[in-house]
Amino acid sequence: MGLRAILLGAAAVSAIAGAAAAQDGDTIKIGVLHSLSGTMAISETTLKDTVLMMVEQQNAKGGLLGKQIEAVVVDPASDWPLFAEKARELISVEGVDAIFGCWTSVSRKSVLPVIEELNGLLFYPVQYEGEESSKNVIYTGAAPNQQAIPAVDYMRDELGVEKWALLGTDYVYPRTTNTILEAYLKDNGVAQEDIFINYTPFGHSDWSKIVADVVALSNDGKQVGVVSTINGDANVGFYKELAAAGVSADQIPVMAFSVGEEELSGLDTTNLVGHLAAWNYFESADSPENAEFIEQWHAFTGDDSRVTNDPMEATMIGFNAWVAAVEAAGSTDTDAVLDAIVGVEVPNLTGTTAEVLPNHHLTKPVLIGEIREDGQFDIVSQTDPVPGDAWTDFLPDSAVLDADWPGKDCGMFNTETDSCVQVQSNY
Amino acid sequence: MRAFLLTILLLIAQPLWAQDLGAVLDANRDQIAKPSRQTIGPVITEIAAAGEGADRVLAAWADRRLGLAGDRFVIVEGDSATDAVTGESVTGDVDGLRPNSGVRGLIAAALVQFQLTDPDPVRRRAALTAIARQSDESHLAALREAPAESDPILAARRDRLERLLTIQYDTDTDARLAAIDSFDGDAGTDLQAVLNPLLATTRFAGPELPADANVARALTPDSENLPRAEAYRLLVDAGLAEPRPTDADIKAALTANIAGDAVGGVPVADLGDPDRRDDAYTALAEAGTVPTAATADEVDSALEANAFADLFTEPSSEITDAARASLRGMQTREGIMQALDLSLDALSLASIYFLAAIGLAITFGVMRVINMAHGEFIMMGAYTGYVTQTMIADRTLSLIVALPLAFAITFGAGVLLYQLVIRHLVKRPLETLLATFGVSIALQQLAKNIFGTQARPLTAPAWLEGSITFADGVSISTIRVAIFVLALLFLGLFLFLMNRTRLGLQVRAVTQNPGMAASMGINPDRIAMMTFGLGSGIAGIAGVAIGLFAKVTSELGSDYIVQSFMTVVVGGVGNIWGTLAGAALIGGLQKGIEVLNPSNTLAAQTYMILFIIIFIQFRPRGIMPQRGRMAEA
Amino acid sequence: MFIRKDPSILVFLAILALFTIGATLMSEAYGSGALPTSMIKVLGKTLCLALAALAMDLVWGYAGILSLGHMAFFALGGYMIGMWLMYARTGEIVSATLSRAAIPPTPAELQDGIASQIFGVVGSSDLPLAWTFAGSLPIQLILIVAVPGLLALVFGWLAFRSRVNGVYLSILTQAMTLALALYLFQNDSGFRGNNGLSGLQNIPGLTDVPQADISIWFLWASAGALALAYVLAAWLVSGKFGSVIRAIRDDESRVRFLGYSVEGYKLTIFTLTAMLCAIAGALYYPQAGIINPAELAPIASIYLAVWVAIGGRGRLYGAVIGAVVVSLLSSWFTGGRAPDLSLGFYTIDWVDWWQVLLGLSFVLVTLFAPRGLSSLIDLAARLRHPSRRGRDLGPDVGALREREAKA
Repeated sequence: MGLRAILLGAAAVSAIAGAAAAQDGDTIKIGVLHSLSGTMAISETTLKDTVLMMVEQQNAKGGLLGKQIEAVVVDPASDWPLFAEKARELISVEGVDAIFGCWTSVSRKSVLPVIEELNGLLFYPVQYEGEESSKNVIYTGAAPNQQAIPAVDYMRDELGVEKWALLGTDYVYPRTTNTILEAYLKDNGVAQEDIFINYTPFGHSDWSKIVADVVALSNDGKQVGVVSTINGDANVGFYKELAAAGVSADQIPVMAFSVGEEELSGLDTTNLVGHLAAWNYFESADSPENAEFIEQWHAFTGDDSRVTNDPMEATMIGFNAWVAAVEAAGSTDTDAVLDAIVGVEVPNLTGTTAEVLPNHHLTKPVLIGEIREDGQFDIVSQTDPVPGDAWTDFLPDSAVLDADWPGKDCGMFNTETDSCVQVQSNY
Repeated sequence: MRAFLLTILLLIAQPLWAQDLGAVLDANRDQIAKPSRQTIGPVITEIAAAGEGADRVLAAWADRRLGLAGDRFVIVEGDSATDAVTGESVTGDVDGLRPNSGVRGLIAAALVQFQLTDPDPVRRRAALTAIARQSDESHLAALREAPAESDPILAARRDRLERLLTIQYDTDTDARLAAIDSFDGDAGTDLQAVLNPLLATTRFAGPELPADANVARALTPDSENLPRAEAYRLLVDAGLAEPRPTDADIKAALTANIAGDAVGGVPVADLGDPDRRDDAYTALAEAGTVPTAATADEVDSALEANAFADLFTEPSSEITDAARASLRGMQTREGIMQALDLSLDALSLASIYFLAAIGLAITFGVMRVINMAHGEFIMMGAYTGYVTQTMIADRTLSLIVALPLAFAITFGAGVLLYQLVIRHLVKRPLETLLATFGVSIALQQLAKNIFGTQARPLTAPAWLEGSITFADGVSISTIRVAIFVLALLFLGLFLFLMNRTRLGLQVRAVTQNPGMAASMGINPDRIAMMTFGLGSGIAGIAGVAIGLFAKVTSELGSDYIVQSFMTVVVGGVGNIWGTLAGAALIGGLQKGIEVLNPSNTLAAQTYMILFIIIFIQFRPRGIMPQRGRMAEA
Repeated sequence: MFIRKDPSILVFLAILALFTIGATLMSEAYGSGALPTSMIKVLGKTLCLALAALAMDLVWGYAGILSLGHMAFFALGGYMIGMWLMYARTGEIVSATLSRAAIPPTPAELQDGIASQIFGVVGSSDLPLAWTFAGSLPIQLILIVAVPGLLALVFGWLAFRSRVNGVYLSILTQAMTLALALYLFQNDSGFRGNNGLSGLQNIPGLTDVPQADISIWFLWASAGALALAYVLAAWLVSGKFGSVIRAIRDDESRVRFLGYSVEGYKLTIFTLTAMLCAIAGALYYPQAGIINPAELAPIASIYLAVWVAIGGRGRLYGAVIGAVVVSLLSSWFTGGRAPDLSLGFYTIDWVDWWQVLLGLSFVLVTLFAPRGLSSLIDLAARLRHPSRRGRDLGPDVGALREREAKA
């Protein structure tokens, strides 16, 4: 009796599910996989709003392929296993055609096997450590050669830095970035003892000893520069201690890779003026596209004080590239879109264009900004768009690797042995 | 007309290559608009040499007051703008130029020659600062030629700089030696900065040392300073020996020489075995198809045939000897300074832990009530400070308001928590722990809902900014000193309260024997409530202090809660001196471990906690255990 | 036979069996497909959490040791199985790549290849010592219980020997899990730092089997493990062992004076539950797909205590109910699927307010329903406890209370 009831119930539920699936025809669904609660909520909620704004604009323009776009928003709550669970739900239950989401590397690594298994499509909008190229992911943020390497070049050439302090929060992005930078600096003739590396836990607040160590580095007369991959809240304490120690940007410049307009709003910036950040976009960028984007953003959120930042620009580029690819392919099928998307060019907000490369990364200009008193950045350097390199050239193991999806159908191709190391990603 | 006369005058007064300022600026407009430190040097020199007005332009450029209006350079002063060359006022849109700080450093260095002779002492000081930051050979001459300095402080600085520059740039060895000697007993960082580069070395490998080499130390291969592999690599780099093939080289060579199913007589299928690979390679080498790998003997003979040494880049051995002697003298002093600086850091960390734990020591130690929401009270205090600061702009005043306000708010919250939850769970400590944990997660989420998850700014007033320097390299930020003072203050307050007031007497009575205390007419419930409120109130004040030096987030409390518990438990429950000892131990330990492994702060925290776990196994009642009948309660 | 004394065991097993069969029949792999694979995974994971809660109930509800570090054992179990999963899966890939080369790989090359694949992402390429046995499934399976068991044994021996108990022990266990989490967070310790071990849902050797099938197999395994553990726990608490540990919970010194080796009993139950947690973890993480040090954060262990407290301490089914109800509710509320509650002047968005609700309900349960949700079952079964509430009549521990005096 019990069993029969369950069977009947099951049949009924599946009938409903089937009916729901049949209704999907008139809209195109996309998934938004950003944490709306937990530690990452503050950063990721902004990106969710950005996607929703892009969807609204696209629908106002008449949608895509004659259909309206529907955004399915889920909340993985800054919980990494939950990212995988929600991604599976989005693809297999909701049937979305593309997912815009993730911020931290570990969340991307969590989602990756699911996306590859179910042949989904993920647009990942944050600068990251590289060493990855998945068939099913388009990396719209910066690879290390589009942020870290040019930033270090700038410090060496323009600021005359000879001695380096690489400070980072202890997780994979700073680790890998610093490993790459260390190899790069050594290739450029910097001695091992002129590179100081330190890792601190998330949310670290006791910076006095580390700042003292950094200041002591300059005792031998060399110009010291700090490359900071310190993440999130920990920056507050770091910059406060730096200011308290009386270290000005002229004495020891700090180049940050994870500090943008959003992070600065938690700080009194008067003591930070002149310190630097490297991104592919700053809100202060002077271009008509940017002015329009900021205006739309303020209108969409109904809040004139909301700042814009680099991952938002990456999200916007990713969305526009997807739209262009879908229109070119005439379908939202993953394989068709992936074929069409390589080579797509969409304008970015700094006056140039972003092209989707065969390794699923983008071309991006590198901007260096100096912190102003009002929490914005003065752009002091801007390069031409740099093609993103999935596998860095500065580590011997990955220098021989290459990613070329349309050409070689492989994201990890060993050019030395001329063979594909693996088609699926190693997570 | 005037401009014309000026030009004539300039042409007469200046050497032939000097040009009119306007012409220089025009010719280099693109470079000046988008300067790069690497290429702008000659342009700056040219401008500096352009005579009248050059220093004004350079100064404005360095201050980011130089701009372009159309195609003429203008200097912006507040709201008005004047032409950089003619000085006439200009209206219209000005496009500000933003040289980066590297370029600004170069400009400042070029400005030195104008500023050193400037009548304004502020300018002269700026010049000296610029030299101290970035000097070149020309500054030495500039310093020596400048007229005598009237200001005694500046004169001393100038003299010191002059001697430092002599060590660096003078061509006369005796003058340099004299300059080094003149610093005897000095351990300034600027001096170290000058002396250290003199001792820079390069590593040499070759059949024979160069005749004029200034040898820092001779190296023997296969020693600690020069491992065998490293020595051989030096030889290979110098082209004096053949590289040994790596495993990958061998594999590539084998792959290239596959003949049928075998390489050098070894079947391909067997090549999974490293020994068989060696066999195959040896066979190939004997056949002459691949170069013979250098044998161990060959490596030995190559190492013996060559000399290895570290050579100073500075050619004069007298200079390097003097520099080395001078630096060695500083080392001991340096070590003491570092130890002092470290103890200051440790003391500061200990006082922060003490401040965070003192409230807990009261509630946990005196009442045996474990309050997991203690961290959230700290957080509430910090947010109180933030909210006060948004309402009262004056930071000093807002701090004065925030401290008692934070105390009042958290005192109230503590009393409320006690009345609603804790008094119902008095005899069930584990349940108290869990219930207060429930309060803690609710409060934390509430803070997130109200203030958002982003860190909020809580900025110290100006008089608490900056740092106090005791000696070169021994300094501590003022805010940390303030926290230390606050911790002392609370220690005193606690001692006074417990030992000198009626409330303290009652608290001690209730702690020792609530039944007897109740019989003597003390209301244990009221005393417990007051104690709990007091502990919470102090947590609130600690929150303001912690927020000032770190950050204000909803997770602020949970960052400190485990350490606070450790402090109380390690120190010994029910004894304020124990808490003090616990804080000192934990703070000192953490800094001590950090020194051992400076690149990994996380490891320091891990081993600190590990140490505490082990420590408690051996002294389960803490450093200062409670004695007597209460001890087993 | 102990099952006859306690009919709730049979009821529990029957419900568990019905649940498993129902889930199977609605799964995509073996049934109608009404439950999507992601849901099957959630259910399977919930069963593992229930198993961990069961262990927590044994050690806390029965033996009175409030361990705030049991999730450390859970995660350690996950790490142990995760090491094999990553190593073996990467091994498959690397050997496939290397076998395409003209020359067969040496074992050292194979290992280097695997190491640089696993650790390349965190900037290293050597296989850490801890991974020595990662290539061997049987050894790694033994390590799943051996490593957490040994840790619990050593930690427990040290702590119980020096009579650390009550809240001290709670804080100490919390410190243990924090230290372990911080240790694993370090890249240098060789467990891939914050990235942890990922891609665990792909089982080596089963690459062609769809996740729909694998998820249901894991559900079965989790249900089986839970059933076995439940019977084991029921058997333990029904006999003399159970009486002694309950006595220790109620008055440790008295049991000691009666001549029992209190430390021995506590150590046994502490170690045993640690192993149960480890097994639960080893089943949980292949379903979750990723494990990282955040899983060991002190808060996770506290949540475990919360589940048990809300479900009902000292009742085996209470722990299971607590874990299932709270974790499922939690994922429902935070998943954004719960409808917002409009109060007119303010709209309650459950994503924001669920934690507040959980915290407060936890306080309420502790205050007013120490038996938690299982008191509902008591109510149905007409079980009553003597009410000991009300004001104390005297100030000392164990004094009569108002209501008892009247009764």
